[in-house]
Amino acid sequence: MDLLEYQGKQLFARHGLKVSQGKAVTTVDDALLAADEVGYPIVVKAQVLIGGRGKAGGVKLANNEAEAREHAGNILGMDIKGHIVRTLWIEHASDIASEYYASVLLDRSAKQPLVMFSTEGGVDIEEVAEKTPEKLIRHHVDALAGLSSEEAAQIAREGGADDDVIDGVADALVALYEVWLQEDATLAEINPLIVTPEREVKALDSKVSLDGNALYRHEENQGLSDKENEDPLERRAKEEGVQFVKLDGDIGILGNGAGLVMSTLDVVSQAGGSPANFLDAGGGSNAETIKQAVDLILANEKVKAVLVNIFAGITRCDLVAEGLVAAFAEIKPTVPFVVRLDGTNDVEGRRILQEANLPNVYAAATMNEAAEKVVALAAGKDVPAEAAA
Amino acid sequence: MSVLVDETTRLCVAGITGREGSFHTLNNRNYGTNVVGGVTPGKGGQDVEGIPVFNSWAEAAAEVQPNTAMIFVPPRFAADAILEAAAAGVELIVAITEGIPAHDELRAYNTLKRDHPNARLVGPNCPGILSPGKANVGIIPASFFERGNIGVVSRSGTLTYQIGNEIARAGFGCSSIVGIGGDPVPGSSFVDILELFEADEETELIVLSGEIGGSAEEEAAEHIAEHISKPVVAYIAGFTAPPGKQMGHAGAIVSGSSGTAAAKAQALEAKGVRVGRTPTEAAAIAVEVLGGASVGA
Repeated sequence: MDLLEYQGKQLFARHGLKVSQGKAVTTVDDALLAADEVGYPIVVKAQVLIGGRGKAGGVKLANNEAEAREHAGNILGMDIKGHIVRTLWIEHASDIASEYYASVLLDRSAKQPLVMFSTEGGVDIEEVAEKTPEKLIRHHVDALAGLSSEEAAQIAREGGADDDVIDGVADALVALYEVWLQEDATLAEINPLIVTPEREVKALDSKVSLDGNALYRHEENQGLSDKENEDPLERRAKEEGVQFVKLDGDIGILGNGAGLVMSTLDVVSQAGGSPANFLDAGGGSNAETIKQAVDLILANEKVKAVLVNIFAGITRCDLVAEGLVAAFAEIKPTVPFVVRLDGTNDVEGRRILQEANLPNVYAAATMNEAAEKVVALAAGKDVPAEAAA
Repeated sequence: MSVLVDETTRLCVAGITGREGSFHTLNNRNYGTNVVGGVTPGKGGQDVEGIPVFNSWAEAAAEVQPNTAMIFVPPRFAADAILEAAAAGVELIVAITEGIPAHDELRAYNTLKRDHPNARLVGPNCPGILSPGKANVGIIPASFFERGNIGVVSRSGTLTYQIGNEIARAGFGCSSIVGIGGDPVPGSSFVDILELFEADEETELIVLSGEIGGSAEEEAAEHIAEHISKPVVAYIAGFTAPPGKQMGHAGAIVSGSSGTAAAKAQALEAKGVRVGRTPTEAAAIAVEVLGGASVGA
């Protein structure tokens, strides 16, 4: 779960990391009130979960009320790569002597926390890693011991931080590590981590991803993320506990098991089609979850055909078939369905579908055949009519 | 032979008294797996269809000497259950539980490494391990697999069933099927399981089924080039997955430009591993390499 800048900064502050005083607002009037509170000059920052907002004009300096009014008005409602700006972060503008970079993340390969630090902050860090890798310090931390102040100071020195801010940077790294650890983050990043002319070390930006599986033990973090810019279907799926990702195409996909569904998307693409979604009905899905899944897929108006691809292990094909029959009775889909049922109780499942004689339902014996059929149907082509399953 | 589970397996199950836990434990026993006990704190002294339940892993270890643990407890208790089983001396721990916080997995993995280096963790968020005709530990539907000489290692459950079933339909079978799970910090990696299959006499060919996220497939490619003499056939899922979106599994996410299916397939092919474009094609290549009829994609 990715957090907006201001949400990440709230977590930073909670763990003693220095951030500028600021306020999140949603109207121009509130932006001006916030500006008075934090004091001019201020920075007006668009709150969106997408990089490159500065280049898009979503971050502006304002020296007085007139400028603040103009910038806040322009940025609110701005479309930054498909993300509509609904919230602004207003903070007092900082004087900057140096821009550093710091992050803590879970290194899946080493199976340890990884702390990264560079004095080349304020730019795309992937570029730094590629062009001047010697300027990016990568330090693995013992997950069981945590990051000590001495270790953090060593990282700061190795990275070439100015002598008089080694302690300040070390404190920031330890605090950032605590954010990562205590808040169950998978990534906690500051770019830039600035040094002010007064030699204060501060987080000027934040990028934090929280582990959704750990949210149960962080009640205070449960309402975070960019709810308003979430796809409405993805939000509904999340509320219903369905694994769903909206895609750009027109072929609805319903399968069981993350790997098989990913594979189904690939096979449909290879057959020339374009999937409209990823939907994993999960192991042990029953008639009710199948009905719910069909409803979710068809709520996307772009969908022209649906592929149901089930290889049942714990799942039972007869229950999937019953779910489809129930879904058809209730939702009365107008688009064609291709159904491939294999695995546990597949014979029974196919029999249920056949007897229900659902309109516009095509059977397929294999995954590849199913993909070809659904691609043809979505393109409006005729497919040999066949009894259901 | 086979790997990890066989006739010598003595299985004990954490969460045996739960609905899912008891269902699959009994399934495993019906398959012929030697299930010696279960652990549910507070329910010691009870039994599940004759399988004795203990309050703790220490108690179970003393009474019935399990060598394999299956973890079926809810996510928030899973890491501690894993560590408790290891502390009781259980050598193989198979964690089925899905949804364990990544930090818990990190702690469990590193604690095992430091304090219980002889314990092997498979999973979490995995379907378990099946050695056809010998033992089944987990939720893999055994009826789709035949006994044979193909070793299968996979990050996904249903995809494994799909591939295994196609292999069986072509008249071939498997030595063992090992699900390593779809989480960010798996206890066993592809490399760990490849080593086991390399050493297993019965295994003649290895099928590796990967997916987007992380770099386990790239590391496997390096390992195969250096250390694996047996033919390896691979399949990678997630070519069409958009970056930044978690595709069902917690670990299946393309971060920036890393972890893509294309990069993984390329890394494997660069080391001479044949990669099927579809599960069907991967199964067909495996069958073809073993001298069966080429089924075609």
